[in-house]
Amino acid sequence: MTGSSLTQVSAAWVPLAAVLLLAVAAAGAAFDGAVAARAEGRPWQHGAGVPVAETARLLRQRRRRTVAADRPLELVGTGGLVVVALLMVVVVPLGRWTLGDLPVGIVWFNAMDVVVWALVWLAGWGPNSAHALVGGYRFLAQALAYELPLMFAITAPAVAAGSLAVGDVVAAQEGLWFAVWMPVAFLVFCGAVLAFSVRAPFSAPAGTDLAGGVLADSSGIDRWLLLAGRWALMAAGSAFAVAVFLGGGHGPLLPAWLWSLVKTAALLAALVWVRRRLPTVRPDRLLPFGWVVVLPLVLLQLLVVAVVVVGRG
Amino acid sequence: MVDDIVFWGLAVVAVASGIAVFRVDSMARATYALAVSFVAVGLALLLFGLDYLGVVVVLMMVMEMAIMAIYMIMFMGMNPALMPMSMVHGKRTSLAVAGLTFAVLAAGILLVDWPERRGAPAADLTLAVGRAVMGGKMLVMMTVSAVLFATIVSALVLALPRGRYDDDPADEAAS
Repeated sequence: MTGSSLTQVSAAWVPLAAVLLLAVAAAGAAFDGAVAARAEGRPWQHGAGVPVAETARLLRQRRRRTVAADRPLELVGTGGLVVVALLMVVVVPLGRWTLGDLPVGIVWFNAMDVVVWALVWLAGWGPNSAHALVGGYRFLAQALAYELPLMFAITAPAVAAGSLAVGDVVAAQEGLWFAVWMPVAFLVFCGAVLAFSVRAPFSAPAGTDLAGGVLADSSGIDRWLLLAGRWALMAAGSAFAVAVFLGGGHGPLLPAWLWSLVKTAALLAALVWVRRRLPTVRPDRLLPFGWVVVLPLVLLQLLVVAVVVVGRG
Repeated sequence: MVDDIVFWGLAVVAVASGIAVFRVDSMARATYALAVSFVAVGLALLLFGLDYLGVVVVLMMVMEMAIMAIYMIMFMGMNPALMPMSMVHGKRTSLAVAGLTFAVLAAGILLVDWPERRGAPAADLTLAVGRAVMGGKMLVMMTVSAVLFATIVSALVLALPRGRYDDDPADEAAS
């Protein structure tokens, strides 16, 4: 089950990968808190501790129940986000090491981001609350806007590398990152990462106009899992973008695994900054934009990549 | 040995969640039970070495069930806990059809001689699938996909000539 130059490590490393993913996600959340504190004119140190304080608060908070909740489906939705983020990073290499060098790693990542559709909707359906349910429906409406551009965006690196294995895609970027000569695909993928982690401009499913949407009735550990799941998805998406667009572990001086981490942290920080700068866009306005503007653009990008690949022979 | 355990585990999950589709009393649970069943089948395809087909089955089925749940609840609108409903209808016909299909398929498995293996699987099965679909069958695939897409779009246009936010004087006045 190997298709490339990567070393597939044993499954015993899975817990370490999970800790690493959650650490990157926590760093992202801390950076977000620091940026928010600065924006409010407070020192950044006040904001950086917010994730820790929030974790302590939610772990001690007693769970509130809604009447006639569909508890099993709610649990799947809330607990699933972190699990899906972990399943995403299974195919993402850290330098030369990878947990699972699937021959179809890119399709695997795509399948996992589709599972987010189901999970966010279930998290909205479960509590039997109007706000949460509307949030769940909003997410699916947005999903129709971002999923096809996302699919074609990650098709471009696969076409350029001539392989669906993430390891081959990384190897094909030695010397020139794919983000450099397929910038549209890269930007569209970054937008999709914001979308499947429910961040502005795609944050309407958890919007304040809905009293928090899918988050509205969550409390205690359930709420923590939802929030942590969103950060973990953002971190996993950044890590995947680094592998398929930003050259993975390629880079001078530093060891490959450190390059993977540095690039992932940098991209995650950029996404946090972007999501702080952009307003939430109504899902019904995102749909025409996604289909009329973004989809043709990313298809043109794919055409350019295909022509270049054919031209190179 | 590991393959056997994985296969039987997935088979049990697929059948059990398939049964759950008809036993639960809410559209949401029935839809996602069906999704679990399909995911188990998709993962079982990985055991054949059909990585691409297996993962794509998971992708398509989860996506399809997520969308289908909307339609199911839209047409059967109800809260599962407040208003439980039966997931079966036309019981006699369905039972007869299901029983007959099972009998025919089971008889086929038991009575037909298994063919001898001819040839060997391709080295890269994903590439072979791609060649088959985009090579010899390309014309068919391109035609079918365009026709399917046109059907979906025209069905939606017929069902909903005016979108919720289109041509609404109140909306234009507000914006």
